[in-house]
Amino acid sequence: MLARRIIPCLDVMGGKVVKGIRFANHEIVGECVDMAQRYRDAGADELVFYDITASPEGRKVDISWIDKVAAVLDIPFCVAGGIRSIADAAVILAAGADKISINSPALSNPDLINQLSNRFGRQCVVVGIDSYWNGQDWLVKALTGDPDKTITTNWKTIDWIVEVQKRGAGEIVLNCMGEDGRKSGYDIRQLAVMRELCKVPLIASGGAGKLQDFADVFCQSNVDGALAASVFHYNTISITELKSYLCSQNIEVRQ
Amino acid sequence: MCCSPEIMLVDTGCANLASVRFAFARLGVTAVISCDPDKLRTANRLVLPGVGSASAGMKALDDSGLAEMLTEYQRPLLGICLGMQMLFEHSNEGDTACLGLVGGEVEALPTQSLPIPHMGWNTLNLLRKDPLLTGIKQQDYVYFVHSFAAKRSADTLAISNYGMDFSAIIRRGNSYGCQFHPELSGMVGARILQNFLKVK
Repeated sequence: MLARRIIPCLDVMGGKVVKGIRFANHEIVGECVDMAQRYRDAGADELVFYDITASPEGRKVDISWIDKVAAVLDIPFCVAGGIRSIADAAVILAAGADKISINSPALSNPDLINQLSNRFGRQCVVVGIDSYWNGQDWLVKALTGDPDKTITTNWKTIDWIVEVQKRGAGEIVLNCMGEDGRKSGYDIRQLAVMRELCKVPLIASGGAGKLQDFADVFCQSNVDGALAASVFHYNTISITELKSYLCSQNIEVRQ
Repeated sequence: MCCSPEIMLVDTGCANLASVRFAFARLGVTAVISCDPDKLRTANRLVLPGVGSASAGMKALDDSGLAEMLTEYQRPLLGICLGMQMLFEHSNEGDTACLGLVGGEVEALPTQSLPIPHMGWNTLNLLRKDPLLTGIKQQDYVYFVHSFAAKRSADTLAISNYGMDFSAIIRRGNSYGCQFHPELSGMVGARILQNFLKVK
């Protein structure tokens, strides 16, 4: 049976892994290679490295650490942040990343999804969506890496999630912004709505705080994977403990 | 030349080879990447990786003379993901004629209500013993990313299930294939690659 995936997300700034709350107040927590091995050894199914400065600052992803991570890592990893062209993606994939994830550049240039999918295959094209509830609708935000530059787009999340699949997204990471960093649980309702619209693998992001949050998002929103950052970085939850717990809840995981 | 290269990776120009090269490096083996049929045919073992569509992959093999070399190659050959699919006679993806080293055809996974691509860690159901499977246990997890697959056949060593049973590992003679990515499948995948380095 296909296992539900547990995916730690490592924020990268200047080639180092950093952590912060609600997209701000970052501090360095370690080297990419060390953190990658640590999470692999703990049982992570996949890793996402998110260059949190690349998109808002208009810089490209610094690739110096990518081939070092690829050399040691025997599980898949995805690189996100600042990928604006086929050339950007080609460099990152050639360095050994298995997937690339695009977010804000897909909003300013939706055809980028088609181009990447046609060139590299949809299996390595992940589209990240930052979704925000305005009281009436879920709306897509862009440039969320920097709170001062963040904008709300004209896209409703329910429309954008369909659009990116039409254009060739092979996987979608839905980051529910109201929940991000609050540790009050994944946005079960929103994720369940989007699951119905999502025919490619869907990864939940934002809000993980305790073991039960993971069981709830798998059982109630039927997502393929759950992404989390701070609960893993601060050792609030160990991946080993999480997988034992999910197994005890009859949720299929790789142990 | 004192000896043949132990293992080479077939560069079709449309596959990401870094992960496979690194996986062999972790086993202490330098895998040389080449797109030159004359160099590749001297290797003791070949790996044919592949991502993207069957039609693009086969076109790249046909245009470069690699298809002819691969069908003539007598030593162990391992196809990974699309590389495995191209070992078959035919793929329904773009109605593509493939290498024909293994009988049968590749078809789309049934979509039903399941997300496509089939992406993530799934279990192996081992059907018979083979040197490629030394040290691999029933229900070991490996990492898949694909939308097409071959049904179980006489050449199937292991199946997996996603909407249907499909061939996860195949072998006919010296042609081996993994539908999953051994280079991304942790210790289990590393063991399969290590076994491949030893098959006669």
